Amino acid sequence: LTTTSKYERDGDGVSRRKVLECMTWTGTGLLWTLTGGVPRSLGLIGEAVAADTTGLTFLQISDSHIGFDKAANPHTSATLEEAIAKVKSLPIKPSFMIHTGDISHLSKVAEFDEADKIISLARLDVHYVPGEHDVIDEQHKLYVERYGKGAKGAGWYSFDANGVHFIGLVNVVDLKAGGMGNLGAAQLEWLEADLKSRTASTPIVVFAHIPLWAVYPTWGWGTEDSVRALELLRGFGSVTVLNGHIHQIMQKVEGNVTFHTANSTAFPQPAPGSAPSPGPLKVADDKLRTLLGITDVTFKPGQKRLAVIDRPLQGEGKAS
Amino acid sequence: MTTCRKFGSRPSAVLVGAAAILISLALATRVLAADLEVKIENFTFNPQKITVKAGTTVTWINADDIPHTVVATTKDFKSKVLDTNDKFSFTFTTPGSYEYFCSLHPHMKASIVVEAAIGQS
Repeated sequence: LTTTSKYERDGDGVSRRKVLECMTWTGTGLLWTLTGGVPRSLGLIGEAVAADTTGLTFLQISDSHIGFDKAANPHTSATLEEAIAKVKSLPIKPSFMIHTGDISHLSKVAEFDEADKIISLARLDVHYVPGEHDVIDEQHKLYVERYGKGAKGAGWYSFDANGVHFIGLVNVVDLKAGGMGNLGAAQLEWLEADLKSRTASTPIVVFAHIPLWAVYPTWGWGTEDSVRALELLRGFGSVTVLNGHIHQIMQKVEGNVTFHTANSTAFPQPAPGSAPSPGPLKVADDKLRTLLGITDVTFKPGQKRLAVIDRPLQGEGKAS
Repeated sequence: MTTCRKFGSRPSAVLVGAAAILISLALATRVLAADLEVKIENFTFNPQKITVKAGTTVTWINADDIPHTVVATTKDFKSKVLDTNDKFSFTFTTPGSYEYFCSLHPHMKASIVVEAAIGQS
């Protein structure tokens, strides 16, 4: 399932700053380690890891779609539970989690309640951004009241952890006919101000639901005004953009920016252009978890290309 | 199976009923155009372009496993979120061109042209 776009890095860009040495994807979660603002190798999930843990480790989950009960996966609560069990079994406890949206399927209180109940079992702080499924109600009140306290607009905000500046963006509201994801002028203005006081050496992690790069505009898999956000991030040595929405792993490195999309915990979607439309992809029951498997994304110093290894929960892993 | 109760907060249910009575009374004169259905499937509105007479009720039905909405770019009509098999109806009384889209997946666009009904000028 994993498709990879590989781009040569600029000779003295990201690698000189030793930005991302290693990341580990689980399909259910992406594990990151950053020490003193510099990401460190953590090793693979399941291995005994004797790494220095003074850095920062965080985890990404995405697209839990609690409430979805159709053929592609009638048991989305169960697979989210499996994802959280996976988080709890990690050899190094992450400092916190980010959830890149589509917590719920239909923005229902009961769905948010159920998601919260399961995710809280991880006993980690969770930083959320909404997916379009979380802001279905008028004025997206349910999401903002529950997850967006202290945030701006429909729930954008930033915070710092271990020298890394994290920015959670919202690109799923006020969508324009014919368009894709949308950040909007107010949020871009806020972003500019938020970044103004940061030094160029500050590692930046941006997370949002819909990809902030044009994965496949024909299916709306991109963000109309993401170019403006990326312009604001141009001066920074290390920028990592984490997204969900497309329910499959994709990655791209472009100059100083590394883009990733995460797997869903609920159901896969077709690869771009491989089906008449996006949407829940029904696969054989015994294949579902092979598509929710583990993928390791590894950055090694001195290497110009990032290495991706998919390690499905069932079956052999392979480098893409 | 109509979900007008659920989504037809507008007078569409009443109009559908009224239309049915009128059609039965005046079928031969074809005063009212037949009501139409637009299927939402594979992230598209099908048919994507239709032309109807004023007074026509259009019903959208979501055949996808993912929720969609039906929203006029001019805000003349706007459905609630339609889960699988949910319907939304709107009766077009004013001639004109109506563009609409899914506010969750805005690349989904379609349009309806409403022509004056026979006898209307």
